[in-house]
Amino acid sequence: MLENMNVVITGHVDHGKSTVIGRLMADTGSLPDGKLEQVKANCARNSKPFEYAFLLDALKDEQSQGITIDSARVFFKSEKRHYIIIDAPGHIEFLKNMITGAARAEAAFLCIDAEEGVQENSRRHGYMLSMLGIKQMCVLVNKMDLVDYDRKVYKSIVRKYSRFLRNIKMHDVSFIPVSGMEGDNIASLSDNMSWWKGDTVLTLIDKFKKEKAPDDMAFRMPVQDVYKFTAMGDSRRIIAGTISTGTLKDGDELAFYPSGKMSRVSGIENFGGENPDTVSSGMATGFTMTEQIYAKRGNLVARAGEKQPQTGNVMRVNLFWLGREPFVKDKEYILKTGSERVRMRLFDTMKVIDASNLNSDGMKKMVERHDVADCVLTTQRPIAFDIVEDFPQTSRFVIVDGYEIAGGGIIREVIRDNQAEYRDKVMDRNLKWDIGNITRDKRSEAFGHRPSLVLVGGPEDFRKAQYAKSLEQRLFDEGNKVYYLGVRNVLAGLDADMTVKRHHLYPEDREEMIRRLAELANILMDVGIILVATVSELTYDERETFRMSVSPIEVQTIWVGSTDGSDVEADYTIEDAGTAEDHLETVVKLLKDSGVGK
Amino acid sequence: MLWMARKAFYGHVPFPLVHIDTHYKIPEMIEYRDRLTREWKLPMVYGENKTALDAKQTFPDGNVDRITCCRLLKSEALKNTLNGDWPRYRFNHEADEYQVDKDTEAYTGVIVGVRSDEEGSRSKERYFSPRDTENTWDVGDQPPEFWNQFKTDFAPGTHVRIHPLLDWTETNVWEYIEKEKIPTVSLYYDQGEGKRYRSLGCGPCTHSVESTAKDVPDIIAELRSGKFANIAERSGRAQDKEDGGGLETLRREGYM
Ligand SMILES: Nc1nc2c(ncn2[C@@H]2O[C@H](COP(=O)(O)OP(=O)(O)O)[C@@H](O)[C@H]2O)c(=O)[nH]1
Ligand code: SF4
Repeated sequence: MLENMNVVITGHVDHGKSTVIGRLMADTGSLPDGKLEQVKANCARNSKPFEYAFLLDALKDEQSQGITIDSARVFFKSEKRHYIIIDAPGHIEFLKNMITGAARAEAAFLCIDAEEGVQENSRRHGYMLSMLGIKQMCVLVNKMDLVDYDRKVYKSIVRKYSRFLRNIKMHDVSFIPVSGMEGDNIASLSDNMSWWKGDTVLTLIDKFKKEKAPDDMAFRMPVQDVYKFTAMGDSRRIIAGTISTGTLKDGDELAFYPSGKMSRVSGIENFGGENPDTVSSGMATGFTMTEQIYAKRGNLVARAGEKQPQTGNVMRVNLFWLGREPFVKDKEYILKTGSERVRMRLFDTMKVIDASNLNSDGMKKMVERHDVADCVLTTQRPIAFDIVEDFPQTSRFVIVDGYEIAGGGIIREVIRDNQAEYRDKVMDRNLKWDIGNITRDKRSEAFGHRPSLVLVGGPEDFRKAQYAKSLEQRLFDEGNKVYYLGVRNVLAGLDADMTVKRHHLYPEDREEMIRRLAELANILMDVGIILVATVSELTYDERETFRMSVSPIEVQTIWVGSTDGSDVEADYTIEDAGTAEDHLETVVKLLKDSGVGK
Repeated sequence: MLWMARKAFYGHVPFPLVHIDTHYKIPEMIEYRDRLTREWKLPMVYGENKTALDAKQTFPDGNVDRITCCRLLKSEALKNTLNGDWPRYRFNHEADEYQVDKDTEAYTGVIVGVRSDEEGSRSKERYFSPRDTENTWDVGDQPPEFWNQFKTDFAPGTHVRIHPLLDWTETNVWEYIEKEKIPTVSLYYDQGEGKRYRSLGCGPCTHSVESTAKDVPDIIAELRSGKFANIAERSGRAQDKEDGGGLETLRREGYM
């Protein structure tokens, strides 16, 4: 059976992509029966000259504008392979469509008009292809007929463009002089260029190498979902996702990032066939585990004993921007990498590069449409990923502005200061904070105790609240200034703008709810009291948010109820929520030992 | 598509399966639909354009042209079934019959099996394709898609079409059917008369093709090297040809 390969063809508008492909299809007899005649007849009827490019222009509006607006796919078969050739638009307006087309390819052709020479988008497309991770490229110097098939013209373009490609570290590149219109060096060598003894488009395409599946790299799988079926007596808890690199075997020990919690594969699941022992990169799969640790969509799974992924919330990246609105500081975006989604901000731009000529501007503080930039991003909480040098697949991300994917990029390094954004924000907040005449210390002195935050976490039920209220009562009776805050109170008031669906918020709303609660906690810390707050299904990341917000105050965590599926190490855990009251004494003592209350 | 859903969710299908019934479908297609629904306990729902059917506003009745008939029986029925304005009929497994579905909430998205090799306009599709409230498709301004990241954030009121099979070819589909041993309708195979259907739709508008392919391996062989290698799969579907851009016109208005 023949192998499949996707190849993209790009280039500055009107440099002849569609013509070259149309010609390749026609000269190799790859067109559907009657297509060529039909298009020719159409042209004759409308008394316009026939163009090979029309063969590809299946859509009406495209024909009337005369430019490719979206990547069209055409199917082409050589003796070696089935190709999908993606005709990517060259017009700058449609850069996002070009990227969409190119991202699916394993190799690229790039057309340069011999007469016009290297143009803005010749460079921009080259740069985009390299960022998208495409490693092999063939440059077609087209319209050789317009320059009298002059070898010198060809050579000068090769020299100029090679220099540019070296700059962007694109190494696997070849060149061919062609004429799409006349069919020179497309399907056969041309007499018009007897000086050319190299490849034709047809022989070159088969020389592109098939990329190896990244099976021998370290294992990475972004968790897509955790299935808990209730129907038809199915009790399996399956971690599902698509493997991006590496191999997974039954019995492997796994780590889930960013928390780093470990468990072991107890079985790889399959429907409609035998359960496999091994699965590898590219496969959509699912497995069960021996120990039910907390895992959720967004986690990155790695295998023990292999290189582990990075975690952090400050990263240095290269990105390209497609959004209509520029990418700016002081605005919140969503970052998506693997299956993770997190709020993020632009922390700083190191360098903004005009991708069309690679001139860079170190002073520009925002990234405009079609710019490429080197910048630092911060996410609201730590996430897991890889850096591009280690594993390109899991270093890739996109940025969502409002409802649209507005940019994409690769992570180059982690900046090892986990709390940088928060610290920064908190510092900023503290700088702006207008403090009254009574300081925190004065209040502590007057109240006879320090301010404290006690988080009561646990499953979604009423026990936590009951317990937190008993704790409030007890601390109050001992003369402390204490306040109980149920998360429900916050939802009804402070978070009234959020939609609660079956007791749950959308993930981003949940993050925002936690952020607000943490800010509120911080104010109450300033007031000097002990705050006992309940948070259902509190997670590790969320507790970190509280910690950062109320820093330097220590946060105490009490867990009431089952810890199944939780990733929080509480300071004190009461598994059997029914007996919670019996633990009041011990908990109060524990809190006092950690400096909570008098 | 159904098989893949069951595979993805390990035998469960966690969303309704919606069929737009023009009532001109070849009867064996409907038998197949209902047999699998029962066997696999599927959450099957169908919708229809009752008004147009009652008023005989159809091409087979001779009252309207093909494009109008498709628009009424397919595009309109689809739109109003998805948004819940017209009744949906859901298979009740206990009662063993279709009953009016109490759930009239609008579906915010639909997963569809269109492929880019089917015809020109489909080759411009995205995996995640947003439609506005009118179901219209703006071909010129589609979201970017790369590195398996898709547009998954939508303004309220947006409807999304998801096309998981976009990059499959007709041959790939049959190869998958062979690999997974998926049950299919016998209409696809030659029953001894040297004819079979390559693409299935409404009886009056779908023609069989001449072929002696009797089973899945025969079909794959025929597609790979045989006489169909250069003829479009939907060439037996009359509505695509109506004005040189029939399917494209329909698709802009919401046709799959
Ligand atoms: N003389 C000449 N004209 C060409 C050649 N290739 C393309 N063209 C013309 O250049 C114009 C743009 O070509 P097209 O393939 O649509 O460019 P695209 O925008 O890159 O797809 C058309 O008018 C073509 O006829 C060539 O090899 N020689
Ligand atoms: S395919 Fe034929 S019968 Fe079916 S809706 Fe279209 S025109 Fe009507």
